[in-house]
Amino acid sequence: MSVHAALRGNAQTLFERIENSFDGSFGGADNPLRHLGALGLYFLWILVATGLYLYAVLDTSIQGVYTSIGHLSQEQWYLGGILRSLHRYASDAFVLVMMLHLVREWAYGRYYGFRLYSWVTGVPLIWLAYVSGIGGYWIVWDRLAQFSAIATTELLDWLPFFNEPTARNFLAPDSINDRFFTVLVFIHIGIPLMLILGLWAHVNRISRVDYLPSRRLMLGTLASLLALALIKPALSEAPANLALVPAGLPLDWFILFIHPLTDITSPVAVWTLVFGATILLFALPFLPHPKAQPVALVDAANCNGCSRCHADCPYEAVTMAIHPDKPGHKIAMVDPDLCAGCGICAGSCPSSTPFRSQERLVTGIDMPQQPVDVMRRQLEAQLARLGTQAAGKTKLVVFGCDQGVDVRGLETADTAAISLLCTGMLPPSFIEYALRSGVDGIMVTGCREGGCDFRLGMQWTQERLAHQREPHLRSLVPQDRLRLVFASRSESKLVAAAAKEFRTQLETRLVTSSKPPAYSRRTLHHA
Amino acid sequence: MPKPAAIVGQTILYGAFAAFIGYFATAPTYTQIPNDVALIKLSMSHLGGRECRKRSPEELAKLPPNMRAPLDCPRGRSDIKLQLELDGKPMFETVMHPTGLSGDGVSTVYKRFEVKAGTYQLAVKMNDNLVNPGFNHVKEAQVTLKPAQVLVVDFNPDKGGLFFQ
Repeated sequence: MSVHAALRGNAQTLFERIENSFDGSFGGADNPLRHLGALGLYFLWILVATGLYLYAVLDTSIQGVYTSIGHLSQEQWYLGGILRSLHRYASDAFVLVMMLHLVREWAYGRYYGFRLYSWVTGVPLIWLAYVSGIGGYWIVWDRLAQFSAIATTELLDWLPFFNEPTARNFLAPDSINDRFFTVLVFIHIGIPLMLILGLWAHVNRISRVDYLPSRRLMLGTLASLLALALIKPALSEAPANLALVPAGLPLDWFILFIHPLTDITSPVAVWTLVFGATILLFALPFLPHPKAQPVALVDAANCNGCSRCHADCPYEAVTMAIHPDKPGHKIAMVDPDLCAGCGICAGSCPSSTPFRSQERLVTGIDMPQQPVDVMRRQLEAQLARLGTQAAGKTKLVVFGCDQGVDVRGLETADTAAISLLCTGMLPPSFIEYALRSGVDGIMVTGCREGGCDFRLGMQWTQERLAHQREPHLRSLVPQDRLRLVFASRSESKLVAAAAKEFRTQLETRLVTSSKPPAYSRRTLHHA
Repeated sequence: MPKPAAIVGQTILYGAFAAFIGYFATAPTYTQIPNDVALIKLSMSHLGGRECRKRSPEELAKLPPNMRAPLDCPRGRSDIKLQLELDGKPMFETVMHPTGLSGDGVSTVYKRFEVKAGTYQLAVKMNDNLVNPGFNHVKEAQVTLKPAQVLVVDFNPDKGGLFFQ
């Protein structure tokens, strides 16, 4: 194992542990760590909304920028002051969740293969966020703005781009004029617009994007920032005075950390770090990494053009086209560059039912590495093994996910376990099939809510089993013989305990429903 | 409805989030230079000189009428030599090269020097045409620098050449 792989693995374990502990308080849907991207977008909308108000009242003359913004905090603290504080703190929160999002996606290995596009389009957004954030501090034109403007231009002057040192613009009090701030405001609006455009590109290849986090999470974070704005309102420092070096600056370390870093190192060290980190981020997807999963394949003869795979694919890899052989019908088409190889499409296909009588089960869209026919053979083998147990023994089948807890460790004489590429690959008819073949209970495990490696696998499974999404579990299957367990990769003990508890419930008659009618043709057709 | 323990947990975590943002948005404070130090900024942007040759009447006659400029000036500019002295001791010395692919742009310098606050004899000497020896621009004065003061050393022909601000 390489150093990088070991580092990434440790970071993933750390993230999982923190996320799981957060689940205890927030639950999966409201867990901020599981929705960092959506949270970042939410902070951006707060920045846009508060920024519009600040722009409306801003006077762009040298004296005006300071007094007009200061007026908000002093004379209109209840509205303008709060909005100003929200603008500042939301920008810090944006940077924080952006960096956490970056590190988390790296830790989970979500930067290569079909995710390469999202990763690569995300890297420039970091630059845009920092350029916008640093420029935003200049607009107030207080001592902090003066420090940042001089430090930034001195840093820029190291690059061989400018004919004259840009820091000369801030040499003396009479060096700048009113128009500087007019230009600055337009830059501070233009860069965030580019950021929004970049974000559109960033999520362009993902379906059902979480543009906003859950309502609870939005309210919780907004309340936190509002409380902060009231307790510690953002205020201007003394007005800028280019004849003096400002001291004792209350630095925003989220955004302006680059200035002290330049002071303690050198411009060449900082640019090496910044360009080096950028190149490394761009190069990361091309470094050695696990081989990509084979992509989904469509079988034209068995695809009826129902579009369920198209609707369920989390990465917009499946599109619908005119069927070449069936007039008036559509056929699913898979874009190999976008396909994650998760198998969610196979789980959504109505042809993926084990009740079909062909000796070799061929479905409309399937995964070469674990075809639905192989799933049925695996289940048949397990059912045959469980069938040899003494009558009265409670028999369980556990369906799990390769990305989560390895359920094969649960396998015993009376418990069968089948691991899938993703839990979303499980067609609900397999549950009915197993129960009608003599099994007493079915346990389905998958990633914690909001933590699915393929984004929507567990959500679709949940909805299919709750009769809310096609293909849904038929109503003749009693829900109390079915147990859904959410667990992350490291929680094998939690899954084992859930299996034990489920078995106890089945054995102590806490489960009162009768099993669905037996399916007696199984052996005849598929043995 | 969340359980009471979850509500307490959320309150703590949202509070920690706000505290983290609130603290690092303004703290710890940063001071770029020590309290008893002043800054001298040497910054110039100046076009170096060039040696022009007077064309002879014969040369002028050979040129098209619209191009008969009396002086033949090369496009390139001279390097500029600059010296900064503090209390008679050399503090900085450089030769600034003209910018531009043809060496016809301004020569620039931007340096800052941290010095203890106090009174000094500050001298700056410049030669903007190295064909000639010595320094054709000199400015020397006693300056008193207060803590955190920024003293700019610049050149502007409209302000009499080299100046301190």
